[in-house]
Amino acid sequence: MSHLVIGPNWPARIALAGLSLVALVFAITLAVTVGEMPIPLSVAFRALGNGLFDLGYPVSAIQQGVIFEYRLSRALMAALCGGALALSGAILQALLRNPLAEPYILGVSAGASTGAVCVMILGFGGATLGLSGGAFLGSVAALVMVGLLAAGAGGASDRVILAGVAGSQLFNAATATIVTTMASAEQARGVMFWLLGNFGGVRWSDLWVAAPVALLGFLVCMVHAKALDAFAFGADAAASLGIHVTRVRLVLLATTALLTATMVAIVGTVGFVGLVIPHAARFLVGPGHARLLPACLIIGAVFMILADVLSRILVPQQILPIGIVTALVGAPAFALILYRARRPA
Amino acid sequence: MTLATHDVRWGAGGKLIVDGVSLNVEPNRVLGLIGPNGSGKSSLLRLLCRLRKVASGVVTLDGQDIAGVGRRDLARRLAFVEQQATTEIALTVCDVVRLGRTPHRAAFASWSAEDERAVDAALERVGLSERHDQPWHTLSGGERQRVHIARALAQAPRELILDEPTNHLDIQHQLSILGLVRRLGVTCIVALHDLNLASLFCDRIGVLSAGRLVAAGLPEEVLTPALISEVFGVEVTIRLGANGHRHIDYLVDHEPGERP
Repeated sequence: MSHLVIGPNWPARIALAGLSLVALVFAITLAVTVGEMPIPLSVAFRALGNGLFDLGYPVSAIQQGVIFEYRLSRALMAALCGGALALSGAILQALLRNPLAEPYILGVSAGASTGAVCVMILGFGGATLGLSGGAFLGSVAALVMVGLLAAGAGGASDRVILAGVAGSQLFNAATATIVTTMASAEQARGVMFWLLGNFGGVRWSDLWVAAPVALLGFLVCMVHAKALDAFAFGADAAASLGIHVTRVRLVLLATTALLTATMVAIVGTVGFVGLVIPHAARFLVGPGHARLLPACLIIGAVFMILADVLSRILVPQQILPIGIVTALVGAPAFALILYRARRPA
Repeated sequence: MTLATHDVRWGAGGKLIVDGVSLNVEPNRVLGLIGPNGSGKSSLLRLLCRLRKVASGVVTLDGQDIAGVGRRDLARRLAFVEQQATTEIALTVCDVVRLGRTPHRAAFASWSAEDERAVDAALERVGLSERHDQPWHTLSGGERQRVHIARALAQAPRELILDEPTNHLDIQHQLSILGLVRRLGVTCIVALHDLNLASLFCDRIGVLSAGRLVAAGLPEEVLTPALISEVFGVEVTIRLGANGHRHIDYLVDHEPGERP
């Protein structure tokens, strides 16, 4: 049994890819049919056919709108967001050699929030910067700050987590300060909802931003799959295996910042996915990144779609913020993973 | 020709840690580096495999400055075994040894038969072929060090650099690791703490003190009572041991059996 290598085992690879596709399609189908207005599968498929290929089936305008403009874009965005956050978590855990590393805990999400709020409420950058741009700059600022803080504290991997906690607190405080002192009541409500994650406002135009970013991020990560494996025994070990440690770190940290910032800018901050999904994926496919990264993408996507469905049906007449659902599902799942992965001392 | 340093200096935090070391390594021999804690052994080893950049001076490999050699090219030639490198990731023995093939494989290359042979041969050489699928976390300290050496061998190096590979091992495993290193037949540079082990297993010995190379040569030339007293601050006598090897006796100021 070996984990780090994909042999040239094409049948198994194709079977896995097929299985992932089936899971994704199933989750998306569930997401477009379930909700406050249950829509039969046949109608859902016709509406999709109308929206995607302009087939002209007779579907009521309301149902067509709900399926195509509202639920499908929402489900696809959930998939991209879940996949991207899980991917970022896997990358950060490998680079920092810490099982607790993920965008939320390292303050990247908090930084992105601050950046987004600066644009949203303080009006920094005007129209040119935009919400995504502000979130991106904020997340980079958080990464740089956490990195400097961790390096100043000796650079050990537990220090990075502590620095991340400090960074999160600082940026969350900054966000809260801006919101409580500068925002109107309506703005504050919007921001608070956004801070816990919200797929409600997602439109197709958001997908045209998120999808290329997620795809690009995934490809960049896959190119570095072997390099990430080489980090198993630390940076010096990786360097002595011929890895350009500084370059790989820089490229991959920038990639995680881009992935996180893009998703946070669109849906707000969502915790636990980046932490839990990589562990679950490792449990299923082993620690080799050539398999782990695609697994994170798929499992993260399916998980987030299902979490979003839950957020819409858990409380009747209400939609829960997605961050609450991921935490409700994620925390027990994480406890289970910890319990099952415990090592005989 | 193999590794050499020419008046190499390196420091950290404003403190000079390696201070003008010029060293020639002989091919296919074991060079031991000894010296008190903080004398710069680990740092010198990291300069030799370019994990740190020299502040001044040059490290050469076959007469060529290693600063101009690509990272991957260097990793196919030169392998490094850290002291006590471990991981939180659930790897098996062969996963770890396979990492040694990293510099030989392109980004998306599949695992080749040659890679597999290199891994099997490396495990064979360290005597762990049967442990192929064993989880890393269930290995003892000595076994872990062997797996690291196998990983290094899978890189197919001509030079192997080991930083105190016997640290925290019991005496049986210290002897077996160093015996293994001696039998590998590649150029080895190994930092060691134990003077007797250094004298037993190394062809040549370099002595570091406060970042300077204060002596280098055959063990019997270098390890004299005068030098040991000067560098380590302990008094010794040297006698021939039962097996014909030189043995260093530490002189202490209490009688046998005397209790405080």
